[in-house]
Amino acid sequence: MNDILRATGQHIVIVAIAVAAATVAGVPLGIWCTRRTATARAVLRAVDVIQTIPSLALFGFLIPIPFIGGIGPRTAIVALILYSLLPIVRNTLTGIRGVDRNVREAGVAMGLTARQLLFDVELPLAMPTIVAGVRIATVIAIGVATIAAAIGGGGLGDLIFRGVAMVDTRLILAGAIPAALLAIAADVLLTFAERAILKTWG
Amino acid sequence: MDPMSASVELRDVSVDGILYDVNLTIAADETVALIGRSGAGKTTALRTMNGLVRPSGGEVFVDGTALASTDLIALRRHTGYIIQGVGLFPHRSVYDNVATVPRLLGWPEERIRAAASDMMRDIGIPLERFGTRRPSLLSGGEQQRVGIARAMIAGPALLLCDEPFGALDPIVRRELQDVFIAMRSGVTIVFVTHDLGEALRVCERVVLLDAGRIVSDTPALNFTSEPEPLAQQFVAAARL
Repeated sequence: MNDILRATGQHIVIVAIAVAAATVAGVPLGIWCTRRTATARAVLRAVDVIQTIPSLALFGFLIPIPFIGGIGPRTAIVALILYSLLPIVRNTLTGIRGVDRNVREAGVAMGLTARQLLFDVELPLAMPTIVAGVRIATVIAIGVATIAAAIGGGGLGDLIFRGVAMVDTRLILAGAIPAALLAIAADVLLTFAERAILKTWG
Repeated sequence: MDPMSASVELRDVSVDGILYDVNLTIAADETVALIGRSGAGKTTALRTMNGLVRPSGGEVFVDGTALASTDLIALRRHTGYIIQGVGLFPHRSVYDNVATVPRLLGWPEERIRAAASDMMRDIGIPLERFGTRRPSLLSGGEQQRVGIARAMIAGPALLLCDEPFGALDPIVRRELQDVFIAMRSGVTIVFVTHDLGEALRVCERVVLLDAGRIVSDTPALNFTSEPEPLAQQFVAAARL
């Protein structure tokens, strides 16, 4: 039982750090993409390609890279950040592009500066879509993080890998069930946040 | 304290593929309709006046200042803009929407509140009843009233309107035209519409555009006797 709690705690920490870092990087990247179409295409292609790399392979690729690589949770976090970028960048872009033309035009015509337009109009209106991106990224990261145990990342994957090696179904379930519950909890919580934002608009 | 109304001049203004060497002078305090068929360039001409469209040739002057060499942000805060789609901020209350420009101008909150209260009462959306509501809960006519209040509250020198009543039913449309007529003094107004009846009702002067050029420019009272064939088509189409 203690094992399960410790592994769950590690799992949460790894995912939380990765998704937070991906949000800090991905939202500005998404905003930047809305300003230049050519950049948008290149950036989206890049994060798309990262997403298609099988997770075990991505962990493997990162191990030999100096500073970010090696065995341990740090490499796992880097890989999870890369995976989490796509939904966050894409949803930031979609959310801002989805702001009603008339609303944006009225803002510009009233003399909002580009910065005011972004922070007072575009980002608040894109927020539910951005939060949805963070939600998707979190759910994916919770699943992918179980594989991080293969490179010594720790977390619930440890229990699953040990269970597989020992052909112990109970041990596998001890890792898999908390991981599934975490994913469901994150999904419910962040869906609630999206709804709460939408509700404040009446 | 409010700025005086501004003159507008388009000098040889071209916008690639839309406007061709348009010359138009609008005196301070005038109310001018720009009419024409869809695609004639009326909206584009209007949008050059607050710098939303940059001409590919020629120059636009507001109050004698060339827009190419002025601070557009400052200019826009003294230029009202009302569009068919209204463009209220859906995440802000009606009051916060109306208060947008005064806040940008740094007015103290009591002054904004007092001005909003007067303006919203005159426009038929009293602050006490509508102030805290969200725009999405209002009818189309109420939303456009908020749009008018938001454009007029800071006492703009110039008011640009693009089909402001185009999406409203005829009865609400007539009501809002009356609201509009009641407040048109003290500000220069350029009003884009393809409804000749509305142009003649609301404006003193009618400028007719066709394929990016001005083909007629007359006082509203004389428009029905304007010989230009397109003008006559508009008159014929407006008859019941």
